[in-house]
Amino acid sequence: MKTVEEIKAAIEQAVPGAGVEIILNPSVCTQHSLRLAPSHAVAVATFLRDDADLALDFLSNATGIDWPDKEVAEKVKVIRTVTKTVDGAEQQVEETVEETRKHVVPGCLEAVYHLFSVAKGYKSPVVIRMKTVNRSDQVQLPSLTPVWRSAEFQEREIFDLYGIVFTGHPDLRRILMWDEFKDHPMRRDYVEPDDFEYEPTAHDEVLARAQAHRAKMADLAAGQEGAGA
Amino acid sequence: MDDGLKIELGKQGVFVTTIEELYNWGRRSSIWPMQFGLACCAIEMIATTMARYDLARFGGEVFRPSPRQADLMIISGTVTKKMAPQVVRLYNQMAEPRYVIAMGACAISGGPFKQGYNVLKGIDRYIPVDVHIPGCPPRPEALLHAFITLQKKIDEQPLTGEGRPRHLDAGAQGEFPVPVQGEHDLEPTSNKGVWPVPITIR
Repeated sequence: MKTVEEIKAAIEQAVPGAGVEIILNPSVCTQHSLRLAPSHAVAVATFLRDDADLALDFLSNATGIDWPDKEVAEKVKVIRTVTKTVDGAEQQVEETVEETRKHVVPGCLEAVYHLFSVAKGYKSPVVIRMKTVNRSDQVQLPSLTPVWRSAEFQEREIFDLYGIVFTGHPDLRRILMWDEFKDHPMRRDYVEPDDFEYEPTAHDEVLARAQAHRAKMADLAAGQEGAGA
Repeated sequence: MDDGLKIELGKQGVFVTTIEELYNWGRRSSIWPMQFGLACCAIEMIATTMARYDLARFGGEVFRPSPRQADLMIISGTVTKKMAPQVVRLYNQMAEPRYVIAMGACAISGGPFKQGYNVLKGIDRYIPVDVHIPGCPPRPEALLHAFITLQKKIDEQPLTGEGRPRHLDAGAQGEFPVPVQGEHDLEPTSNKGVWPVPITIR
């Protein structure tokens, strides 16, 4: 089987300007992946499927990843000009100061596809992924259902649970949750419905949530009493 | 009538009974369950009806694929919030007298999925349940036991007065509100008339 570098080279030869990026996996499994640019993803996927050497004719798994907005604090060394009194006279002195800067790395959503070849019988998958611009309004990715039909239900599931909108999907509807449902439960910032009114054997996290529920209900009852009086 | 006298009369070839006894004997001996399964517990339910465990010994082998012909609803498995309105609707479509067995950890409380966002924490939040069976899944013997428990319950129901079956009580609630699938959760999250929040003693 070709290495990711070889696959990347083959893609770039077949699809000029494909913008393929290798993402190394530092763990022992060394399951490296290829990040495709959404603009060329369908062309690249078609190549991966139809190329005689690769023959990745089987999409076994498609799933999503949520990368929430992350605040990163890093220490930066900054050179500053400071006025100081040296030997009785005021002088401009350059000084190196350490500063903590915080910036927010914007989050995104990612779709991951695991590809195998029935014809070649690879032991490990070729992993391709695609990234959305952000996680709120620009969440469109091209659907790979036209290339691998088995992506249809799995892309619907990603749409349902992560909220990635697959353009070119033949039937993009929620698959697990009901149509009226508004949230995307697999996102990290999903707030679960509060139905913790009865927890006979609560412990740990459940106990905390049951107590929070009771406190909320007590507040509500107190508020209603106050409004009634 | 005194049981000893009844047996004595039986020895003389005289059969004495009450309308209530005869009526309940007829009802409990031909409970037709509804044919539907929700999850893995349904496999145990199927096993119960097969030759090894043989639910037919107790008169419950006629699984009906229509709620109109069924007397008993066996909630056999996980009730997801997506499925819950359909389960309540099917229950509403059953004719009285009707009974419910909640089979397995999921059906009685949500089971291992209790803390999930998508599983109903027990079907008794929306419809009245007659027998709860714990287990994951309960063995066929447990389902048989629940079935026999239900038969005993039917046997003990008086035909008049307090505790009579709903079909003999004109004032009884016949239709149970079907929850609406809302934007975040089912609305309402439970039917307080059927399921007042149990008081936990700590």
